[in-house]
Amino acid sequence: MTLGLINANPVVHAKKERVVRTEDSHTDDAVDPLEIYDFVRDIRDPEHPYSLEQLSVLSEESITVDEKLGRILITFTPTIQHCSMVTVIGLCLREKLKDHFPPHFKVDIKVAPGSHANEESVNKQLNDKERVSAALENPHLRQLVDECLYSSEL
Amino acid sequence: MLTYASTPLFAPFSIPLLLEKLSSSLPLTKVESFKYLSYCTSKYGVERMAEHFKTLWSSVKDATYVSPETNLSTEAGFMSEMGFQDSDIMKQAFVLLQELVQQSNGSFISLILEDEDIKIFMNSLNQYEDFDNIPIDIRQRLHAVGRIISVCVNTSIASCNKVFESFFPLLMTYLGLSVAKPHENSCLAEDYNPPGRLNFGALYLCVEVLSACRYLVGSDELTPIPDFANQTWGVMLHNVSKSLAMVFISLLRSNVAENSQNAYVCYGVKGLQNLATFPGSLLAVSKSTYDSILLKLMSVVTSDINKTFLWTLAMNALVEIGSFLDKCPDSERLSSYESIVVEKIFSLISSDDSNMPLSLKLQAAFEIGATGMNFMLRVVQGLDEAISATLSAVYAHGNRKSVEPTVKLLEYYSNKVLPWFHKSGGSEEIPLNFALSIWDKIENNRSFNLDSLENELLDATMMAMKQAVGSCSEGSQEKIINKALGVLLSSNCLQWMESISGNTPSEAEGLQQIHKLDSFAIRDEWITSLFASIVIALRPQTYIQNGKFILQFFITTLLNGHVPSAQALGSLVNKLPLKITGTPLSKNLCLDEAVDMIFHSCIWTSYNGSTYERGSSEIDLSSLRLCSLSPESDKIHATIGLAWIGKGLLMRGHEKVKDITMTLLNCMISDGDRGSLPNSKHPSLVCNDEDLHHQLMKSAADAFHIIMSDSESCLNKRYHATIRPLYKQRFSNTVMPILSTLMLKYDSPSIRSMLCRAIAYVVSDTPLTAILSEAKKLIPLLLDCLSMMVEDIMNKEIIYSVLLVISGILVDKNGQDAVAENAHSIVNQLIELTTYPHMMVIRETAVQCLAAISELPYTRIYPLRTLVLRAMLKALDDPKWVVRQEAVRCRQAWASIASRSLHF
Repeated sequence: MTLGLINANPVVHAKKERVVRTEDSHTDDAVDPLEIYDFVRDIRDPEHPYSLEQLSVLSEESITVDEKLGRILITFTPTIQHCSMVTVIGLCLREKLKDHFPPHFKVDIKVAPGSHANEESVNKQLNDKERVSAALENPHLRQLVDECLYSSEL
Repeated sequence: MLTYASTPLFAPFSIPLLLEKLSSSLPLTKVESFKYLSYCTSKYGVERMAEHFKTLWSSVKDATYVSPETNLSTEAGFMSEMGFQDSDIMKQAFVLLQELVQQSNGSFISLILEDEDIKIFMNSLNQYEDFDNIPIDIRQRLHAVGRIISVCVNTSIASCNKVFESFFPLLMTYLGLSVAKPHENSCLAEDYNPPGRLNFGALYLCVEVLSACRYLVGSDELTPIPDFANQTWGVMLHNVSKSLAMVFISLLRSNVAENSQNAYVCYGVKGLQNLATFPGSLLAVSKSTYDSILLKLMSVVTSDINKTFLWTLAMNALVEIGSFLDKCPDSERLSSYESIVVEKIFSLISSDDSNMPLSLKLQAAFEIGATGMNFMLRVVQGLDEAISATLSAVYAHGNRKSVEPTVKLLEYYSNKVLPWFHKSGGSEEIPLNFALSIWDKIENNRSFNLDSLENELLDATMMAMKQAVGSCSEGSQEKIINKALGVLLSSNCLQWMESISGNTPSEAEGLQQIHKLDSFAIRDEWITSLFASIVIALRPQTYIQNGKFILQFFITTLLNGHVPSAQALGSLVNKLPLKITGTPLSKNLCLDEAVDMIFHSCIWTSYNGSTYERGSSEIDLSSLRLCSLSPESDKIHATIGLAWIGKGLLMRGHEKVKDITMTLLNCMISDGDRGSLPNSKHPSLVCNDEDLHHQLMKSAADAFHIIMSDSESCLNKRYHATIRPLYKQRFSNTVMPILSTLMLKYDSPSIRSMLCRAIAYVVSDTPLTAILSEAKKLIPLLLDCLSMMVEDIMNKEIIYSVLLVISGILVDKNGQDAVAENAHSIVNQLIELTTYPHMMVIRETAVQCLAAISELPYTRIYPLRTLVLRAMLKALDDPKWVVRQEAVRCRQAWASIASRSLHF
């Protein structure tokens, strides 16, 4: 069924050192980009046995949090312009973060401006609740997403 | 590897194969083939290998010199190897090199020495004068050459000679020295300063060669080399040693060292250290040179305090030299070390007018002292003098400034010096004298000029005293306690004691009198505390004179709220012999007598209103009722005393502990008969009184904490306590049923909360295995405790320990069955704790426990699912990151017991 890989030879970057959190019992830790990044950096790429971090699809800088308004914005960069996996990656991010934050947080997932051919339609698709839940009911897509989320291939 | 090396016949086939493998680009292959080659070299013998020498050398050179793979390590690693760390390949290559040099009898070494690349490199050294100007790749080469040369040097004497012949004069010329005419060297003058920059490359190689020589002569101490002086390298080294030392010393001079020229300083110190640690029989340096080395290092230690790097280096060098002397003693050097280093340290400690901070002084003193017993003895002498000087400054003149240094000195003494003596099996003279001298000090200062107690100092002194007494043998302990008893008897304490003895305990006036004398003089308080610390640290076999008096004394001081006295009483009953053997003196004490004395003493007076009906023990329980006439504050002190005594009895497994437990329990449940207490007559006092009574109940509950927990300050292994195995289990097995029946019986909230407190303490200190068998019964109790204690912020530590017990039950297989039965109530309680605002770890542990519960049988927990998920939603919003993290995990665990979906 597969018609060859879309990006057969991606550039692999080194994993960054994990930041060890220091315990400070007196101040509250606000939700920060690093915390979100720690949740999603290990999601596997749908095509390759590398994590999104290694393919530099995601970085800590590409995540912004506004705790007052309860908004999280994740901007990711597909490895190539016309990557058809971009929606799967977006689905994975959404699925992964869904159960990590209290309900008053709103998660927006976008493709970095100029990094994809169909930028606008992809963005629209990823932030459409109904289309997301419909996509997750598709058993093939569901399986693909689960593989990315729970894979131990890395 | 064994197969390859099994017979030399394989050599023609295997060596070319291995050499070919070496040219592979994979690092692991290289490492492996070097390993094989060196093993084979040792088995095949020289003849077989000789034909490959050239190829072998070129491959070693390739791996180390031409394309070295080293990692520049951090600043800390600078002390050795110029900050480079050998890769595995290089390490193995050097192993092979050593093997080859050793086997080949000089043919291989000449190959190295005649190598054009090395020669060119050596001749080019003067291009790079300053360390900072040397490019990194040249530094790497320098490092590689240094390693190659040092491998050659430390393999055998012959190879060492050859290296010296070919390289040493050259190196010396670079350093501005002449080997042939040593007396013409310009640097012999004391204030020699190197002209401009010293050639770093030469310095580095020179130090490497020196340390390799050190290693060579040090490695075979058993077979001394008689003709050392006739060996070429020996002669050369001897000729230049003095000038070399001067060069090194000049490197440490402040004007050179100040620019943080770490590399120069580092190698200067290293060179000095190497020169100073050559074995005496192979004398490389004369006495005067040796002395000047020590003097220079010592002056660095005393004056260059703010140059941390230099200071540490010099300190380490001194320690190395000292421990070397300890290993191979040499009278001449020993005496110079003693007179220069140890005496200087000695005078440093005992004088307080120095610009050196005390902590550094102490560190230096301990490190130097730890190199040898004799040095340590001298250092300790200095410490003793310093302590006694500062103590008298405090005692006699009330000198506030001396308090802090004294505390430091004492802490150092008890944390470092005494354990060192204990470990190295030193004599017990030291602790004995120390303890006696402190008592002398107290004896000589009849009046203390202190206006406050100086608790910190007192604690430090008590700690040191305990340590000192604890490490003495029985005989010395007797000496100390007799001395202390003498001081005690001559002090005001005795008058104070007498003023209250003679009164019958039940007489109210007597008790009032205690209160008048309640304010101890400061000196008396010191004496009592120190005396208590002696008693705490006694060995069980130590014979105690005048035991009855001591016991009586402690009982009275205990009533004044003196906690060390309570601990001393606990230790006494823990260690007293059951029966006195030999001629029993009337003043001697055995256990039963002591216990009787305690129980019939004035703390506890007969009281007939016993409400507790379980009085079936041997001693009439009513006699143990706390005297209702005495003020509540006294009762609180008495409870604390009882707790320590109970702990002492419990640890040796004495049955009387039961009575003490009953008394404590009575105390806790005495809320009911409040009306009969005479103190509550006066209405204005009622409020205050209630408060006090509450405190009394609380201290009775806290007594269980004292009884069950391990104490740092007394009744432990270090202070020779008698400890019966499994005493905690035994106690909790007897107490828990009583506590749980009491829980059922009483419903007054204050009593119940106290009972809960006691239960929580007992359970959290009982080993988990003992709890698991009882888990079914305990869980409802523990849940009660938790819900009861959540209200008070002060209880957070106890809540946490109870929570830990619950989590311990949860992970165990047997425990899980018990949990399953109470799943609903446990989950409810845990959910409440996930929002506990005062302590983060409580929330975290509660969430973790909830996650663990999701492992229980499906049917039990499914109904709770929505409850937990809802709670986790809140926990996801926790201010703390760790809790959120755990909440995510917990949420996933609970969500997945039905399906992946989180909807409910």
